[in-house]
Amino acid sequence: MANQHQFRNQVGERTFGFVDLADLMAKATPARSGDRLAGVAADSAEERAIAQMTLADVPLNLFLEQLLVPYEEDEITRLIIDEHDKEAFAPIAHLTVGGFRDWLLSDIATPAMLIKIRAGVTPEMAAAVSKIMRNQDLILVAKKCHVKTAFRNTIGLPGHLSTRLQPNHPTDDLTGIAASMLDGLLYANGDAVIGINPATDNVQQATNLIKMMDDVIQHYDIPTQSCVLTHVTNTIECIEQGAPVDLVFQSIGGTQATNDSFGFNLANLAEAQAAALSLNRGTVGNNVMYFETGQGSSLSANANHGLDQQTCEARAYAVARKFDPLLVNTVVGFIGPEYLYDGKEITRAGLEDHFCGKLLGLPMGCDVCYTNHAEADQNDMDNLLTLLGVAGCTFIMGIPGSDDIMLNYQTTSFHDALYARRVLGLKPAPEFDAWLAKMDIFKNNEQFTLNHELPDAFHQSLNRMIGGH
Amino acid sequence: MSQDKSFPTHPHAEPVTKNAWRKLNAFTDARVGLGRSGISVPTKHLLAFQLAHAQAIDAVHTQLDSAQLADALMEQDWAPDCAPLLLHSRATDRATYLQRPDYGRLLDQTSAQKLDKHSQQHSQTSYQSYDLAIAVVDGLSSRAIEQNTLPFLNALFSHIQPHKLSRKDTQKDNWNIAPICIVEQGRVAIGDDICQRLNAKCVLVLIGERPGLSSPDSLGLYLTWGGKVGYTDAYRNCISNVRPAGLVYQEAARKAFYLLNEARTLKLSGVTLKDRSDDERVIDTSKESENFLIS
Repeated sequence: MANQHQFRNQVGERTFGFVDLADLMAKATPARSGDRLAGVAADSAEERAIAQMTLADVPLNLFLEQLLVPYEEDEITRLIIDEHDKEAFAPIAHLTVGGFRDWLLSDIATPAMLIKIRAGVTPEMAAAVSKIMRNQDLILVAKKCHVKTAFRNTIGLPGHLSTRLQPNHPTDDLTGIAASMLDGLLYANGDAVIGINPATDNVQQATNLIKMMDDVIQHYDIPTQSCVLTHVTNTIECIEQGAPVDLVFQSIGGTQATNDSFGFNLANLAEAQAAALSLNRGTVGNNVMYFETGQGSSLSANANHGLDQQTCEARAYAVARKFDPLLVNTVVGFIGPEYLYDGKEITRAGLEDHFCGKLLGLPMGCDVCYTNHAEADQNDMDNLLTLLGVAGCTFIMGIPGSDDIMLNYQTTSFHDALYARRVLGLKPAPEFDAWLAKMDIFKNNEQFTLNHELPDAFHQSLNRMIGGH
Repeated sequence: MSQDKSFPTHPHAEPVTKNAWRKLNAFTDARVGLGRSGISVPTKHLLAFQLAHAQAIDAVHTQLDSAQLADALMEQDWAPDCAPLLLHSRATDRATYLQRPDYGRLLDQTSAQKLDKHSQQHSQTSYQSYDLAIAVVDGLSSRAIEQNTLPFLNALFSHIQPHKLSRKDTQKDNWNIAPICIVEQGRVAIGDDICQRLNAKCVLVLIGERPGLSSPDSLGLYLTWGGKVGYTDAYRNCISNVRPAGLVYQEAARKAFYLLNEARTLKLSGVTLKDRSDDERVIDTSKESENFLIS
């Protein structure tokens, strides 16, 4: 019995055992459907609480010794271990997971200190401490983690919230895409990126869409960047063919086998980053990568190595931070109810991902979203949006009326972003904010007041499309 | 308080501000130009959204009326001689179905026995194994199944000649069709379980897709040659968004028939079977689709 369980905890008459660190992490995870599907979740509420108490006593050092995915098998484990910064780790090296929570919440952990320890925190440490933090803890600490990035504008300044304008169309119809772009820009959205999920996913189509967005950005002189969310190898080809690529996109996971199933490896990302940097298209910064993640992707690819889905997710952030991204987006409610069942689980996961990403130094945004087979609705999204706004979330999505007609799910609308700005006083990226004033889209930037009339610069375009209006 | 400064003190005269670009909704289904009450969605559009979401939820949670569908299928002139088989997955109810995709991929014991028994009888009475099994699966939208199954199959059987015992067909274009299987609480892969048990050469799954806000009725088609339990998506060919406002029945049937014939000829399906049914149609980038934002 004793050698079957690395961790044991006696409570009253009962002794709870946990096979290894992975088992302990999984059982300490707040309840969610994906971990039940994987067969790694705690069997009872009591077992979960005991696992959390047991995990709290684990020294942070142990995560550097007992690797949850073998070093020899997984290039992400190698990335995490090889690039771990002992000097940055020093201020927290003596702590347990429970002690780390206290430290993070304490006034020792100033924004400057949190930047200092970043490279010493591994994804597994971040995941572990998040499991014993309440939602308000995740919000409070995330708000102290400042992450600034830049390309044609500056993303992530405190008191700011950016939006990805997501003008998807089920057939990539350029008129339809342009209509959604116009709608978004006139609702003051699009400072994080104008990013399209293409319906037809190939190099030619990506190039068409990249050129289309570049034309608009140049024509209106918008201080923002574009991205077509196609496979990294497609974007490399686009660059080779001379397409005006701003940001390189890739969906990433937290195990090598997950990324194998996505059809890429770290070398591909390095190659893509170098290619995008060679174009030298950024004006105020050189963060050229855009990554998307989401709990459940590793299990979905049969590549979770017996880990819980939140730990796999945090490991994806090691991949992200290697390549200095402009933006990282956890697409939290997209994967469906077999991984995150309802509004409560989606909310918790969104806050965990944002916290872990920020602690590890990522410009973390969140696709506050749900599908129609999840037990969730607009009210759940309002709640998560508000919580993330309070937590200092870097960016959210913006689409017309919350309805993505291409991906068939609901995310935050252009209106939703303005709601968050007004109730929380959150401004767009400063360069973009100035552009909104210059273009007469905002009448009053302090009060987020939109123009009641169509701004002059857009009259001609609209007239060509719909005549006198 | 900066928060207080965020709220305008000089209101506009009208509570709802309309958008001059609302007419762009003639060119896209996206909810553009909704206007605003302050900076929020106006009541009219809020309620329209709630209705669309309600319809999508109902599509997920309304139970498929299998018996009625079976009756309707039997009345078609192409219907196989044997009545449809009513089956159920291992997911006992919708909540289980939504959280356990693995249960939705396999037949429950009663259904498995029903199929095995049929298969045994068939092999004793006929020397010819089935060319095609058709599985009609509720998936995530019973509405998609109830609305689209008959019109799609009618279109498909305008291409396919079903082989019937009552007729003496010898043409090679004829297909020996297994009794249609109607499955509740099923996922795509349950077609493989069915294909294997019926010993059919291939299986075509008709399944209710995850409802979109403006498409609660979307039907998906999945073709697998020699479907076996454990096959991944890499073995399947998919035709998506079959519905009156999406891929229309004739087009879907044309594509499905193309894939069925190719699969039968090459004896395979999935990533190695390319859908070239549209190769003669070049993507027309000039047609009306233009970026009107730049002159």
